[in-house]
Amino acid sequence: MTAELESQIEQWRGYVRRRQAIAPADVEEMEGHLRDQLADLVSSGLSEDEAFLVAVKRMGKLDDISREFAREHSQRLWKQLVLTSAGEDDSPASSRNLMVALAFAIAAAIAVRSAMTWLDDTVLARNASLIVLPFVTGYFAWTRQLANRTVVVTLATYGGAALAINLYPWQTATLGTESTTEVLAATHLPIALWFIAGLAYAAGEWRSQARRMDFIRFTGEWVVYLALLALGGGVLVGVTVNTFSALGVGNPEAIAEWVVPTGAAGATVVAAWLVEAKQAVVENIAPVLTRVFTPLTVVMLLAVIGAFVVRFNLVDVDRELLILMDVVLVLVLGLILYAISARDPQAPPSWFDRLQLGLLVVALAADALLLATMITRIADAGVTANKVAALGLNLVLLVNLAWSTRLAAGFVRERTSFGAMEKWQTDYLPVYGLWATFVLAVLPVLFVFR
Amino acid sequence: MAKTLRIDKDLVAASATPLVLGILADGESYGYAILKRVNELSGGRMAWTDGMLYPLLHRLERQGHVKASWGESSIGRRRKVYALTRSGRASLAERRQQWDVVADALDKVWRSASGRLELA
Repeated sequence: MTAELESQIEQWRGYVRRRQAIAPADVEEMEGHLRDQLADLVSSGLSEDEAFLVAVKRMGKLDDISREFAREHSQRLWKQLVLTSAGEDDSPASSRNLMVALAFAIAAAIAVRSAMTWLDDTVLARNASLIVLPFVTGYFAWTRQLANRTVVVTLATYGGAALAINLYPWQTATLGTESTTEVLAATHLPIALWFIAGLAYAAGEWRSQARRMDFIRFTGEWVVYLALLALGGGVLVGVTVNTFSALGVGNPEAIAEWVVPTGAAGATVVAAWLVEAKQAVVENIAPVLTRVFTPLTVVMLLAVIGAFVVRFNLVDVDRELLILMDVVLVLVLGLILYAISARDPQAPPSWFDRLQLGLLVVALAADALLLATMITRIADAGVTANKVAALGLNLVLLVNLAWSTRLAAGFVRERTSFGAMEKWQTDYLPVYGLWATFVLAVLPVLFVFR
Repeated sequence: MAKTLRIDKDLVAASATPLVLGILADGESYGYAILKRVNELSGGRMAWTDGMLYPLLHRLERQGHVKASWGESSIGRRRKVYALTRSGRASLAERRQQWDVVADALDKVWRSASGRLELA
């Protein structure tokens, strides 16, 4: 057979292989069939091109065959959920990536365990993300062969963050307590660092809208995987600890001190690898999660508004309520982002888009109500670092959600395209990182490290 | 060459299993050869979609009617070869009885109706 025919067969094999339901051995069997058929047709006088067309036509529509295979081997459609599916996934690149991921995971575990030995608790608490996230970033840097410039920027940012968090002269009111701005800086540090990991994830192409969308998607899936790993790990640790203490062997506390922190550190890298290796899985879960939780969140927000109305003249609205509201808005934003990342931008508006618009409107209403009741109280009680951080985050989220509402309303009425929403979210992405950096680096200075 | 007759899809599906089992009763064979044999037997009038044979063979394998093993073709390619098992033989005998009943009944219908039917 000529090289041209070989390449046509090669192409056909590629198409067949992409079907989940058709296993590599079946592809081989069908390819043997195709070749026998071709040989017969050519020997009966057809040209190779004609023979190929006839043979492929006789083989039948791939959709039909694949459906027939799926009916016979329904378990194969589930196999994509299993890590080491036989055949094409066992490419050298993907198994090498696994090795690299495991190496970084182990390194992260060792780093965390060493830090626990050498650093005291307060120092450890504010540095936790600085100890773990570089390994996630390092994994991206390795797999993406980052340009030197990006590596330098990443390292410099990590260095800067490390210097700020550790060298700022935190002022504590009494010995043993932490300064407010220190706690704020420590909680905003992982968010700022996550965006540095994003820089590595996007291989330096942080201006690209597509890469930013990928990063949003990645973040959502990473969270899901991390939650799954935490769940499984929690069950495993719980069973082990209880068995050991029931047997009276060993020291269960050692498990808590060794297994939990090292496992958690390793899980951050493994989750990142899982997202890369098994994208299809969570692509299936994210739409389900959004569809389940969007209606529930709408109901919850309506209940929140109801509670506000019942106690409208409340005097004890405080910072905690504001923080809770921030959490709610983060949740709403997360749902919106999940939905965007899993949605086909070409699809016309559906009932779900209207429901999302409803979610946005209700969230805005609840937030507006809360802000209105709080604004006077904040003015009365004076400005503190905590209030600035909470209000600032609220503002950051409010701006995003308000504009998202406008875009969603336009989309539902088919005035704007869905792409506008995508663009807005990806354009807005750096704002979160900048705000986190502000709280981390500038706010402590403004409040003289108290 | 006989004129190609379009055979109803359901009829093809119903007759495929006994045909394949019957062909394998003559000795082990592989996909392409089975299809060629079907073509010979029907004088080219039963058009199967080639790809559909393989899910069918796999179903028969799962049910234990055939046993598959990897052999080699004359030019050294790996080739999956199917052979009838004891339960396949039993299934074939049972299907044959069923088809005999159907064919017998149909035969009587054709004969009694032959006066009114214009057979081409």
